[in-house]
This record gives sequence, C-alpha cells and structure tokens, in this order.
Amino acid sequence: MLAFVLRRLAQALFVIAAMLVIVFFGVNVVGDPIYMLISPEMDQQQIAETARALGLDRPIWEQFLIFLKNAVQGDLGRSFVHGESAIKLILHRMPATLELAFVALFMAILIGLPLGLYAGLKPESRISRLIMAISILGFSLPTFWVGLMLILTFAVSLGWLPATGRGPTVSILGIDTSLLSLKGWQHVALPALNLALLKISLVIRLARAGAREAALMDYVKFARAKGLSQSRIIGVHILKNIMIPIVTVLGLEFGSLVAFSVVTETIFAWPGMGRLLLEAITRLDRPVIVAYVMVVVVLFVTINLLVDLIYSALDPRVRLTEATS
Amino acid sequence: MSEATLPTAVATPPVEAKEETPFRRFARSFFEDRLAAFGLGLFVVIVLLALAAPLIAPQNPYDLASVDVMDSRLPPGDVAGEGFTMWLGSDGVGRDLLSGILYGLRISLMVGAFSGILAASVGMAIGLIAAYAGGRTENIIMRIVDLQLSLPSVLVALILVAALGKGVDKIIIALVMVQWAYYARTVRGSALVERRKEYVEAAQSLGLSHARTVFRHILPNCLAPVIVIVTVQTAHAISLEATLSFLGVGLPQTEPSLGVLIANGFQYMLSGKYWISVFPGIALLLTIVSINLVGDRLRDVLNPRLEK
Repeated sequence: MLAFVLRRLAQALFVIAAMLVIVFFGVNVVGDPIYMLISPEMDQQQIAETARALGLDRPIWEQFLIFLKNAVQGDLGRSFVHGESAIKLILHRMPATLELAFVALFMAILIGLPLGLYAGLKPESRISRLIMAISILGFSLPTFWVGLMLILTFAVSLGWLPATGRGPTVSILGIDTSLLSLKGWQHVALPALNLALLKISLVIRLARAGAREAALMDYVKFARAKGLSQSRIIGVHILKNIMIPIVTVLGLEFGSLVAFSVVTETIFAWPGMGRLLLEAITRLDRPVIVAYVMVVVVLFVTINLLVDLIYSALDPRVRLTEATS
Repeated sequence: MSEATLPTAVATPPVEAKEETPFRRFARSFFEDRLAAFGLGLFVVIVLLALAAPLIAPQNPYDLASVDVMDSRLPPGDVAGEGFTMWLGSDGVGRDLLSGILYGLRISLMVGAFSGILAASVGMAIGLIAAYAGGRTENIIMRIVDLQLSLPSVLVALILVAALGKGVDKIIIALVMVQWAYYARTVRGSALVERRKEYVEAAQSLGLSHARTVFRHILPNCLAPVIVIVTVQTAHAISLEATLSFLGVGLPQTEPSLGVLIANGFQYMLSGKYWISVFPGIALLLTIVSINLVGDRLRDVLNPRLEK
C-alpha cells in the first residue's frame, strides 16, 4: 500500500512539474506583454526601464529559473496589471468560485437524481422520454448560450432574479459567503443553475442507468416480497446502491465545474477566479495565467489522487493490477 | 462533412450483391429513426444555406458601403433604409442579422469541419502508431492522451488561445490540440484488436512495409467508431469555437462567426433587444443539435454489438 501511495504521489508531482514547464513556456512564446502595459507617451528608455523592472529583458531560460526558484517558495510572480502577487489575487477570488461550484454540485444532485430515478424506474413513460430528451439537450447546448437564455428569461423578461454580480456577502471564519442571506441566494441561483446544467444531465444518465439495473436485483425483489412500501424500496434500498458511482463521478467532475466557471462567471459578472483568468488572457498578464493554471492543475491532481487512494483502499484489485502491469 | 466520408468508408467491402449492398443496408437502418433523418436533413439544409450565403443573403455584411448605421438595432420585421425587410432585425452597427447569420454559419462550419478533419487525421495517425509500435512509444503516447483527457477541454482551449492568439488558423490549431486525443484513444483501442487478426499477419508475411500495413490494411477496419467521433467532436468544436469567440478570445471581429455575433448582441440584451443574440444562438443551436442527432444514430447503427 505504501509503495502504491508513493508511486501515485510521484506521478502527481511529475504531472504538476510538467504542466508548470509547458504553461510557462507556452504562455511566454507569444506576444510581448510590455506593449500592453506601457502608455503611448513613453519613450524608448522608459519602455526599457519598465521591462527591466518586470524582469522581461532577461533571456527566457533565465526568467524560467527565477520563476522556478520563486515557485518552490510558493510565489508564482507578480501580476503585470495589478502589481500584486498573482497567487494572492487568485486565492482571494477563489471562495466565490468554490461557492458557485458547490451550489452547482448540489443542484445537480437535487435536480438530476429524482429525474434520473423516475426515468430509470418508468423507462417507457412519456415523462421519462421528455427527461431523457432534456438531458441530451443539456449535453449538446453550449453553456454560454444557456446562460444567456437564463438571463433573458428570468432577469430581463420576468425580472425575478438579478442577472449580474454576487450580492451582499457575510464573512464567517474569514471566508466571504453570500449563502447566508436571501439576496445572496437570489444572486447565486442563475449562475449556479447554468453551471450545473451539464452535471444535471450527467446525473440523470447515471441515476437512470443505475436505477434500471438495481430494479432487477434480488435485494429489491426481496424487499418487495417482505412487503416494504414502494417509497421505502426506492428511497432506501435503490438509492443507497446507486449513490456510490454518482458521488464518485461528481467528485471527479468538481474540477471541471471550477474550469467551466470561466464561462459562467463571465456571463453573470460573478467575481470569481475564472473571470480573473479571462481578464488576464485578454491583457496578456502572464503571471496570473500561469498561477491560475497551476492552482487548477493542483486541484485536479489532488482530487484524482484522493479518488485513486480511496478506491485502492476499498478495492485491493486496483493496486494489484497496477503493480503487475 | 460527415456525409462526405460516410459512403466511402462504409462501402469499402466490395460486395457484388445488387439488392442489398452494405451501404444500402446501412442507409436503411439509419433512416429507420425519423429523428436522425430529420437531423441529417436539417444539417444538409444548414450547410446549403451557408454555402449559398453570398447568393441568398439580402446584404453583404462585409461590404461597409451597403451597411447604414441608421438601420442599427431594428427589431425583426422592420424595413431597412435600402428597402429590404430585415426579417430577423439588425445588429448594433446596422447590419442585417439574417445576412450576418448566413455568413457567420460559413465561418463556424468551416472552423468545425477543418478542425474535425485535422484532429481526426492527427489523432488517428498517433493512435495507430501507438497500437502498432507498442512498448515504450505506446506507453508515452497513452500517458499524454490520459493527461489531456483528464483536463476539461474549455480550460485547455483557453490556455492554448492565450498562448496562440486570435485568428481562424489559431483557433483551428487550438481545437485540433484539444481534440486529437479522443481519436488517438479510440483508434488505438480498435487497432489493438485488429493487429492480432490474420490479415495483418498475411500482409506482414507478404513483406509489405509497416506504413502500408498500418494505413492501408489496419486503418480502414478501425474507421467505424471514428466516424461517430468525427460527428460528435465536430459539433463540440463548433460549440467550443462559439464559446471562445463569445468570451472574446476566439475569432476577431473581422471574422464574425456565430459566437462573435452572439457576443456582440449580449450588451444589448439587458435592455430588452433580445434578437441580436438570440437568433445567431438559435442558428448555432440547430447546427449543433442536428449534427448530434446524426452522430447519435450513427453510433447505434455502426455499433456491431447492437446488431440483431
């Protein structure tokens, strides 16, 4: 077990290191950020001074070595635009993104699970077909388009919910959250639903497949023979058995929720780190781009590592086949 | 473009039976599903409209002389200063939206088609090499594929356009780099099965070169699943391009794809001028859904495990 954990940990660190190199050089080969940062009145000498101050006059490999030295100490450079530490900027915006992603995750379960269960238990009914058609649409519609339609319907036409911003936040234990007031919930509802849409479709499919399979199992027949009510069979026996794969998949998908939030946050003007990334891309703010990617990659690798480790703890076959291959 | 590759790929085994050629059997079972037939018909209509845009569009949106700022933000059905009716209204600078959509479809479809074909070619070649070479080469390639598939495509594409910049060619490169891995994984999977078969052994004992064995003998037998992925991934490419363009990091204003049109309309939407965003969006939607309907049916028809 220890060998397996160590090997996985080494792999994870290797992925992070590889991404660090790829992203740093990838972002640095294009464009010269200096021209985005200077004002038109500056003369040649002032431009050169600005470049020197930002370390942009050195050769790329030297910049990389400096970057690497600082990165090991947890410093991923200073934002060209804001002049602050890039990693601090991102961590400052992170709670808003995580809040959005968590609400979306719960929405996916609360909406997707009942619909999927129904479609799986009554596969021939009309409503089930409608549910499946919606889930296909959920997979094929572009997220940004659904976001626009949500704004148009609920904010512009009906005027029920606000279209932009985060609303008032309350600080608990140093973390700002908007989930403690009604106004905050009104602000989070549309963006979270937008972000959740893809995952709702996914949960519907998983729950439907799980429920169809589980309904034929002996333990369901036995429960029925025992005279248990239908709601108890579904709510306790079937639900418990299909929740395991759904929770696993959603756990793995959490990283992609954070990544997709770039789109949602831009549409709904949600002040999270995805919007920060987009601003950084349009302004060629390299340190922020690199720092964002590293934060997301670390998040991804950690989630994957945790799932792998939990799986291998639960199912020894995983690490045994790994060792022989 | 999926229809273009379809007949050749499916009709490769030259069976001489007159009544029931493999292609006919395939076509019949494809059209059994009415929704898929509808999807294919819709897609053909969209492609024809896009191709015929310069002939049928009431206005050339690139021609600044024919665009009048006085016509800007007209609601659907209003008559433009030049006398023609703007059935879908006009955008923020007075361009007819219907014309803009027809021309925008050309760009969106072109980006989708090019990136689909290129990603398929690159991915298939890499997947075949991985399966045929085996050993260390295969291991390294598949590690890269796994790594890439574990990251969400939007994020990878965003980082790529951050590194590459704006423009049609750069978007296509970014989309190919996002999508090749799907093809590589699928082709490797089927090629691993195929390379153990007798005809590969026969080709090798005849002394054919590795390249000939791989590309002339193994490749045609791995095409069925690739056709399905081409359709799904092309739809995905179109949607991804629209997303990037909407975010302002995809195509520039000089190449107004559907995504750019939607982005232009977004600023007017909160003041109730819905049509500038909504109509290009519907065009985008119909394109993506029609391709997906075809892809879904192809998956069912081409999957030998589902055959009765």
